[in-house]
Amino acid sequence: MNLVLDPLHFAFFVRALAASAIVGLVCATVGSYMVLRGLAFMGDALGHSAFPGVVVAYLIKAPFYLGASVAAIGTALAIGWVTRQGKVRGDTAIGVIFAGMFALGVFLFSLIPNYVGDLFGFLFGEVLGIGVSDLISLAVLGALVLGTVALLWKELLYASFDSLGAAASGLPVARLDYLLLVLIALTIVISVQSVGIILVVAMLITPAATAQLLSRSFGRLVFIAGAIGIVSPIVGLYASYWLNSASGATIVLVETAVFVAVLLATNVAAAVRHASVEPAA
Amino acid sequence: MNNLVGEGGSAAVAESGTVGSDAVVAAGASAVLLAGVNAGYGDRIALENVSLEIPLGALVAVVGPNGGGKSTLLKLISGMLKPWTGRVEVLGAAPGREARRVAYVPQAELVDWSFPVNVWNVAMMGRYPRLGPLRQPGRLDHEKVEAALERVGLIDRARTPIGALSGGQRRRAFLARAIAAEADLYLLDEPVTGVDIPTQEAIMELLSAEAEAGKAVVATTHDLGAAVRHFRTTVAINRRVIAAGPASILTDPDVLSQTYGGHLLFLGENLGVLDDSHHHDQAAGSEKHFHEHGGRP
Repeated sequence: MNLVLDPLHFAFFVRALAASAIVGLVCATVGSYMVLRGLAFMGDALGHSAFPGVVVAYLIKAPFYLGASVAAIGTALAIGWVTRQGKVRGDTAIGVIFAGMFALGVFLFSLIPNYVGDLFGFLFGEVLGIGVSDLISLAVLGALVLGTVALLWKELLYASFDSLGAAASGLPVARLDYLLLVLIALTIVISVQSVGIILVVAMLITPAATAQLLSRSFGRLVFIAGAIGIVSPIVGLYASYWLNSASGATIVLVETAVFVAVLLATNVAAAVRHASVEPAA
Repeated sequence: MNNLVGEGGSAAVAESGTVGSDAVVAAGASAVLLAGVNAGYGDRIALENVSLEIPLGALVAVVGPNGGGKSTLLKLISGMLKPWTGRVEVLGAAPGREARRVAYVPQAELVDWSFPVNVWNVAMMGRYPRLGPLRQPGRLDHEKVEAALERVGLIDRARTPIGALSGGQRRRAFLARAIAAEADLYLLDEPVTGVDIPTQEAIMELLSAEAEAGKAVVATTHDLGAAVRHFRTTVAINRRVIAAGPASILTDPDVLSQTYGGHLLFLGENLGVLDDSHHHDQAAGSEKHFHEHGGRP
């Protein structure tokens, strides 16, 4: 019995590895901007907002990706617009809109007659069931997101660091803000099958949060986050294969464990530095 | 003193500091021109009937209480806020049209200093608007950033994370960004607030030299002492333009009382000192609307 090679005999496992590694990389890249801008709650909200889109797509037999994209992007733009009105705080706007969208999803879901479909799969992911066509859609959308970030990384960085300075010197900050929201929404859409709408926020935030503990430059932050984003799903999938555990949750637990380990290690390192400095002082 | 400008009047700020009720005196080409501008947020007016001209080469302090419209004035000039009525021209065009020639340095309190960028990265941001999305920084950009960091004395700290710098160094890093951007108009929000006097002097020396080189430098400050010590010209605003002219107008009790209302204590021959408790209340209010319109989702 070979722990690494045995599962690779199954095509579904290989597809799941490819899908979750792509998802991990895209999530970590977009998540790097989200962590720096304090958009964790936004990620959680957009994940939940994809739900009604998924249900409607099922009802009218439209492609899953189309339904989820329309719902998540629509919600992202709606939250951006309501926030810009300045009448309610940003987190209030997010709370109102995302809870409403999620309720709409549950409401529509409950109307499906005799439907015994897999609610668990929507909510927590089912990456082992991913098909070839889904994998292709996911790869294309993932490439679109990464390509956009590669093209606009410096504009997004400037607008994230100093939106006033960026706007004053002519960057279209409002449009960049909306673009980032759309990128987050698309990233969530491609992640739903892997980790589900509840756990997707961890895929977005946790690798970047871990990388933040280890980086003092943005390039390094994205690099470390991306590495964690690719490796964690692979480790998590193997673990879930051998433990027969839920794949999405296992992937997220691996990322969480990495974060906790790094946090503890940096604390210990700081304590050691402190201790070695003190006698001299 | 006669340089109080009443409602409906306009103020011209020039090297000479000449101000009259309808005078427009410009030593050089106009960098900023406001004519009869009313502006605000929602239905709350923040600036009323403001007329002002700032030429290239001017070094101007905008003073006034927090919530008195200083930040609003900067936002009008940078094009982030549209006036309700009146005309705004920046570098001879509508605000925002010549944005690449405008550099904005935000208040230190509004910057996330834990952001993972180093001094070099921050200065390089000044080049981004010129590059556009498709081009990556090239040799020319590296040279400009290097020269800018030399200029502000931070070349040795180029790889230092922005958060590891002292307060004065942080401001110099942002100044390097403005210099690297090759801007003609510098807008600075409270550049000398919260730093010690030697640091203020170092920053002002740099700004003064930029003005000498023909740039227009406009800085807000609620530190009257700093305005008098370091700036050639001042505009005192409290919703309206109270006075504009040489920095010495700030020693005029009439100007001070109109600018700061009753919240000023006079200390003999010295400058007025802000009543601190009141001042902080207002600071909280102005920060709030700053965030609401700050452009983050």
